[in-house]
Amino acid sequence: MTAMALSIRDLFLSFGGVSALSGVSFDVRPGEIFAIIGPNGAGKSSMLNCISGLYRPQRGTIAFGETPVTGLPPHRRARLGIARSFQNIALFKEMSVVDNILVGRHLHARTRLLSAGFSLPSARISEKAQRAKVDEVVAFLGLGAVRDEPVGTLAYGVQKRVELARALASEPKLLLLDEPMAGMNSGERDDMVRAILETNAAHGVTIVMIEHDMGIVMDISDTVCVLDFGRRIALGSPSEVRDDPHVIKAYLGEEDD
Amino acid sequence: MRRVASGVTLAALVLLPFFGSNYALDVANRCGIAVIGVLGLNILTGFTGLISLGNAAFMAIGGFSAAFLITKAGVNGFAAIPAAGAIAALLGMIVGVPSLRLKGLYLAMATLAAHFIVEFTVVKWESVTGGVSGMSVPAPALFGVVLDNDRKLFGLVLLLALAALLFARNLFRARPGRALIAVRDHETAAAVMGIDVFRAKISAFGLSAFFVGVAGALAAIQSRIISPESYPLSLAIDALSMVIIGGMGSVAGSVLGAVGLTLLPEGLRAATNALSGQWPDLISKLSILKELVFSILIIVFLIFEPHGLAALWRRAVRKRHATTQQQPEGGGK
Amino acid sequence: MDFTFLLQLLINGLVVGSIYALVATGFVIIHKSTGALNLAQGEFLMVGAYVCLYAMTTFRLPFAAAFPLTLAFTALLGVLIERVVLRPLLGSPVISVIMVTLGLAGLLRSGLQFFFGTDTRAFPELFPSAPVMLGVVPVSQGYIWSVAGVTVLLTALGLFFRYSRAGLALRATASNQQTALSMGISVKRMFALSWCIAAVVSAIGGVLLGAIRGGIDMSLGHMGLKVLPVVILGGLDSVPGAIVGGLFIGVVENLTGGYLDPLLGGGVKEVVPYIVLVLILMVRPSGLFGRKKVDRV
Repeated sequence: MTAMALSIRDLFLSFGGVSALSGVSFDVRPGEIFAIIGPNGAGKSSMLNCISGLYRPQRGTIAFGETPVTGLPPHRRARLGIARSFQNIALFKEMSVVDNILVGRHLHARTRLLSAGFSLPSARISEKAQRAKVDEVVAFLGLGAVRDEPVGTLAYGVQKRVELARALASEPKLLLLDEPMAGMNSGERDDMVRAILETNAAHGVTIVMIEHDMGIVMDISDTVCVLDFGRRIALGSPSEVRDDPHVIKAYLGEEDD
Repeated sequence: MRRVASGVTLAALVLLPFFGSNYALDVANRCGIAVIGVLGLNILTGFTGLISLGNAAFMAIGGFSAAFLITKAGVNGFAAIPAAGAIAALLGMIVGVPSLRLKGLYLAMATLAAHFIVEFTVVKWESVTGGVSGMSVPAPALFGVVLDNDRKLFGLVLLLALAALLFARNLFRARPGRALIAVRDHETAAAVMGIDVFRAKISAFGLSAFFVGVAGALAAIQSRIISPESYPLSLAIDALSMVIIGGMGSVAGSVLGAVGLTLLPEGLRAATNALSGQWPDLISKLSILKELVFSILIIVFLIFEPHGLAALWRRAVRKRHATTQQQPEGGGK
Repeated sequence: MDFTFLLQLLINGLVVGSIYALVATGFVIIHKSTGALNLAQGEFLMVGAYVCLYAMTTFRLPFAAAFPLTLAFTALLGVLIERVVLRPLLGSPVISVIMVTLGLAGLLRSGLQFFFGTDTRAFPELFPSAPVMLGVVPVSQGYIWSVAGVTVLLTALGLFFRYSRAGLALRATASNQQTALSMGISVKRMFALSWCIAAVVSAIGGVLLGAIRGGIDMSLGHMGLKVLPVVILGGLDSVPGAIVGGLFIGVVENLTGGYLDPLLGGGVKEVVPYIVLVLILMVRPSGLFGRKKVDRV
């Protein structure tokens, strides 16, 4: 059996007695697009936060490939190849688009304080290489027109794209996307879907994504995991999940209240 | 155009010791020292977002370290300056350790406590610091060159200030500097991008304290005599004012703030001297007047231009060269 | 060990501590409802003391008139400061808010120095000078009045928060601004109110301190910085914490002043609150009574 890209086992997470995840398990295969869906408050974002290391689950394990990562801080997980975007945009708001994406290259450069401050040749060479890579990402996501703008001034949809660019610049093996298409118009959505598919296809990046747009989820994901009240209520291909009675109940139940 | 302007400024500065008055050189040295110190504080507070009320304490550490190294350890004055910076950097990193857990107001309080604890230590550790009576600081000397007045000291101050400026400018255009800004703007996102937030903050504390320690050493050498009273809390607040009025997170702003607010009291002094005919008691109130003006400036800038003089400057430049596109500054703000 | 000496130190500590408690309460009220850290709290105290002194000496008003006048003045000042200085900074980074209160502190301090000079000014005698005997310890009447005054004031504040409309609205604002807004509470007005209360409370502390000391000068402003260890100890968002913290710091300060200063040649009294501060920050940053915040992404 080949190793899974990500293995979640029996995850429990609670905040001051209120449980957000109760015993969730699933596996993500390498190279697939894995969608997590569920009503509001189902624990979807909590799950992503556990995977990227922002939350520490009280119980359960997370393995990235063969590496157990449950106790690692976020920056160590990033070093292993996990990158993510946030539900509420989390850009470095005083920086330009290019500088934001350059931060995504942090792990691929080795420039230290002194070599940077004295602008040693090694630092200059590395900086040039990082900028070249960033230019690729900028071109890939069509951000050329705004590359030197401060991110704070950009439209919401563009900011979402910059966040994706920053994550991609780190050349991740696993990309976590928290509602990448929220608040976008249909044109922007199409662009984003194309970017996600291309990232997945061309670079073989495994993608775990939370998304509310069911049409898109059913279209592009290989596997769908449905959470409700912190529990996994369904897992399978889009068509299996669509017809699952538990899922239908959970969604209808939400519309009732 | 910009090259020409900086060339002319540099030439004027290099020539200053040959035609400037003693007073002008004293003021110029204080400006240069302030630039180094304010740059140091800006690295911590402006670029990394960690507020510090401990700046005067690190000036004191730099000053007393230099004085101790020169007078009691027999270290050459020129070597004592970076060594004092290194000692301050080490202590800065120690103070920085709790910063991983402390944010915003808590950090302000911790650094305030550090100020009083350093002050207490300086007063009590008489064998090293001379206690309340302080120490005298001999002039640095090398190969018969003795920097025993402002005119001779100026070259060194200018050199170090320029070095500090270039270092900071380079830093914030490269990976480690960007990491600091990233930590300031969004700590969580920075961590998720692989930045070791703790390490970044500690290095900001260390680097900042190094600059401030060097500034403290230079200030001690310039003033020749230091005592615990040379480093009141108001010194730390003045430095923060320079950072804010100059521009948080801006290298150019550090220069504008440091020079501007060092010259301002001199301007006030000249003005009160001129007005002493009508209001004779004005001169005695000079220090009060200075505090009044600084305070009003802080409030006004925070409300109307939180990015400080640097933002005003950039806007003015942009207006004048509306046709030529300027490269935005690496600092981000 | 001289028992009377210890008792004397304890009483001194409690008296000074009660004023710390008062000023810290003002501090906590601002922090709780607006999230700002007011480093000008000590300057509010100075303003109170100087305005009262000015009214009594220059206008020759009796204390009974000068005191309410002082309160009215500082109340107005608090509201004005919130409106002019703090409100434009709503939503600004913590650093900006901290710095603006430092600027405010400088402005108030230099303003007072400009008007009143830097010399110590005698404060009119408010309380009879003859001490009363508390057991074996002679205690000045000013102390007793001061502690009584602080107790009454803090009780009144407690009742205000518990039962009055404005007090309840203020608490609602402190616990959740969104909810408060949805209940029709004007959050902006509550911000102004909290600055107003904080200014008034500190001003009362200033008048009491002036009366106890018999003279006032710029060193009164140091109270503002002393209050920081107090609120960190008690918890930044806890009024009971401010009271307990105030008394504790007052007592610790006086005990170390009495016992350690003679041994170490002075200065310990001044630094010990900050050592306490560092210890608390290392062990329990939320303080004795403060709420721990859960950071959610």
